[in-house]
Amino acid sequence: MSRDGGLHPGAWWVWALGLAAAASRTTNPLLLLLLASVIVFAVVVHPSARRTVLGFFARIAAVVLALRLALAVVFTSPFPGHTVVRLPSVPVPSVFAGLRIGGPVTAESLLAALDGGMQLAVLLLAAGAASALADPRSLLRCLPAALYEVGVAVSIAVALAPQFATAARRVREARRLRGEAGRGPVVWLRAALPVLHGALERSIDLAAAMDARGFGRRGPVRPWRRHVVTAALVVALLACAAATYGLLSPGFRSSVSLPLLAAGVGLAAAGMIVGRRDAVRSRYRPPRWTPRAWLVAAGGAAAVVSVVLAGHLTPGSLTPTGYPLTWPQVPTVAVAGALGAALSALSAGTPDTVPRTLRAGTP
Amino acid sequence: MTRPDVAARRAADPGHPPVVEFRQVTMTYPDADAPVLRDVSFELGEGELILVVGPTGAGKSTLLSAINGLVPHFTGGRLDGQVIVAGRDTRTHPPRELADVVGYVGQDPAAGFVTEVVEDELAYAMEWLGLPPTVMRRRVEDVLDLLDLARLRGRRLDELSGGEQQRVAIGSVLTAGVRVLVLDEPTSALDPPAAEEVLAVLTRLVHDLGLTVVIAEHRLERVIQYADRILRLPGDGSAVLDEPSAAMAVSPLAPPVVHLARLAGWHPVPLSIREARRYAARLRATLPPNPSRPTAPSRSLGGEPLVAVRDLVARYGTTTALRHVNLRVERGEVVALMGRNGSGKTTLLTHLAGLRPPARGEVIVDGVRPHRLRPVEAVRHVTLVPAEPSDLFVADSVAGELRGLPRGRELLRSLAPEIADTAHPRDLSAGGQLLLALAIMLSYDAPLLLLDEPTRGLDYAAKERLAAILRARAEAGRAVVLATHDVELAAEVATRTVVLADGEVVADGPTAEVVTATPAFAPQVARILHPLRWLTVGEVREALEAG
Repeated sequence: MSRDGGLHPGAWWVWALGLAAAASRTTNPLLLLLLASVIVFAVVVHPSARRTVLGFFARIAAVVLALRLALAVVFTSPFPGHTVVRLPSVPVPSVFAGLRIGGPVTAESLLAALDGGMQLAVLLLAAGAASALADPRSLLRCLPAALYEVGVAVSIAVALAPQFATAARRVREARRLRGEAGRGPVVWLRAALPVLHGALERSIDLAAAMDARGFGRRGPVRPWRRHVVTAALVVALLACAAATYGLLSPGFRSSVSLPLLAAGVGLAAAGMIVGRRDAVRSRYRPPRWTPRAWLVAAGGAAAVVSVVLAGHLTPGSLTPTGYPLTWPQVPTVAVAGALGAALSALSAGTPDTVPRTLRAGTP
Repeated sequence: MTRPDVAARRAADPGHPPVVEFRQVTMTYPDADAPVLRDVSFELGEGELILVVGPTGAGKSTLLSAINGLVPHFTGGRLDGQVIVAGRDTRTHPPRELADVVGYVGQDPAAGFVTEVVEDELAYAMEWLGLPPTVMRRRVEDVLDLLDLARLRGRRLDELSGGEQQRVAIGSVLTAGVRVLVLDEPTSALDPPAAEEVLAVLTRLVHDLGLTVVIAEHRLERVIQYADRILRLPGDGSAVLDEPSAAMAVSPLAPPVVHLARLAGWHPVPLSIREARRYAARLRATLPPNPSRPTAPSRSLGGEPLVAVRDLVARYGTTTALRHVNLRVERGEVVALMGRNGSGKTTLLTHLAGLRPPARGEVIVDGVRPHRLRPVEAVRHVTLVPAEPSDLFVADSVAGELRGLPRGRELLRSLAPEIADTAHPRDLSAGGQLLLALAIMLSYDAPLLLLDEPTRGLDYAAKERLAAILRARAEAGRAVVLATHDVELAAEVATRTVVLADGEVVADGPTAEVVTATPAFAPQVARILHPLRWLTVGEVREALEAG
């Protein structure tokens, strides 16, 4: 069954966003490790998850982490600490004052780089888990009708990524078949051309097929009205995104963010209500927001709330400085939240028992 | 199953409006010197299966896409005249406004899939038509039953076999309630059983629902017996609508059954095996049971064969694609690899070409293990023309592709003199792309040539040229291994046929014995002359001329 036992794909995205938001609040390596394990755990226990997708994101995360560490080795920190290795120092022109290349590499600076890198890695893993647990394209089906075109563009872009991988493999094989070694930047540039050609041809085919099957059919709606609705929804989304960023970044005043969030949500709701009245599209078996979906979403929320709470209860525990080197403390509240997220993911692992009867109603 | 009565009845009932009507249609693509369709007029009625026949580049795809407005709304260019479908003019109705009357299924159905699960794909067009959920639910169930897709409803589209994908693509336009179904080469990528499955579905739609089905197909032998009328595009931009046997009496493109009928002087021309067998009694009586075939190259005693595959196992992740395959190929042989889609044909070829190392066992070609060689050395022993020849192309002109290959120019000129040096490789027809790829690969002059599914999109003329090239290779002491679904080509060129099933070799022997053993893989001539073991029209012609 690929229908995910009926769990609303939005629930997984809320869950993953919760964990990502939690990770963005902390650089505590132990807590980040815990969050990463919870994410991987959720994908592993879920029977219909596409694990290769998470694997793909995990590889990117590993590269990011390695890059962050490599940078810390090359560009050394001016702060004193426990020297691990001493590299030859390279003189830097005075224009770039403050930049140091080479010199002593300290354990403290490596630890700081590791923390920062892990934070990014967890964010990537969360995105990967969301894609693995709920196909971005199925989430797209839940978008309000007025945003559908925007969503289709995104979904095709997402779908093209694996196609590029297949096309690249085929072209690499073709290089070999023509007796050319598959290495070196020139060869890669030459190989890129057929890959792009193939991808372009495929997307044109897809566009033609979608058009032939009615994509973009319009009811008797005036175009200006449609454009206004779409614009309102895009602005609302941007407002919500900016407000959320403000709320989650420490040191940003919530007196600005909260009204902005309220305005964004209000505008979005208005746009959806108007847009729904105009839509000619109907929907085949829309996913339902079940109690189980609430539970999964609540699990994600628990992770972020607990981390915020921990920041208030035990200030400093979320961002251990590493100066001096000490074993970081792990706030109990945050651990409890992460475990809650894991449990909620586990609860969604079993297929839904609700019979799949006719789901009435158009969007 | 020809039904001339359909046309007669329609002619007698002038009040019955046509479903598809072309009125003096002339279509010119942007930057083209000449129109691809010139002053084309015809009418198609309800419940007809129309087969569009013509050489590559005669405008078959253009004509099909003009029915649902993709030409010219999507492709650009200038269309004069009128195309009217179910009373709607395509000039004022773009493809999306025709989605509820015309269903279009392109050459590669997977390229047109929008969703990821069978059931959602079936519902997609209905969502855009704004049908109420209760109607959608019922139509999806109806189509699942009609096309025998019920057990696939929750499956991911990319996990389906070729035949299943084709049926889902047909189903996904049927749910919209279309009256016309347009298919561009629906069976060309399918193995014979899967093609039968798809054609059975199409005839059922014509007979049970009264749908008008328009098919373009190069492999006439598969489709022609189901056609009610034939739309013939001779290649000069015109189009002639005719009864099948009348069209086949004059068409230069014809399946083997028609060629045999012309040779034996049967009238009217039979189109199905059943009809042909009724005529063939006398021919069967005059022919000996076996044609005199040149004996296959003898197994070199003690000497090493050109190809020796021993106990080869291939795996992709956890799935095993080849299980303990053994294969020997001698110099001078043409070996056809046949078998269902997914039976391991392509995997075997990629191992012979050294693209992948064997998981177990060994592959020795021309005394070397190809996967251990550097690419530049490997091409001196073995070359492979992949299923998508365009993968090989990197330059923006034919001359650019052949740069650095001294013999390539000369070879291409002998294979396809009509291909201009300045042409863009990706603008060539399917046949042109294959011949260019073949010229590139032949210029290495390796002792082993591999071809993966070389006949997709080739018309009979191009196929004959390909057959001649392959035979010439074998006569020159080289060997050819080709994976193909095309039994007629195998009968034409292969000295030996190997059948794979589920990664195992299930039959290996002289082509005449292997292909006549099972009806699914038997060429038309063998079926008509059964129990005699004749495979091709050429063999019969030689025998008749000699005796």
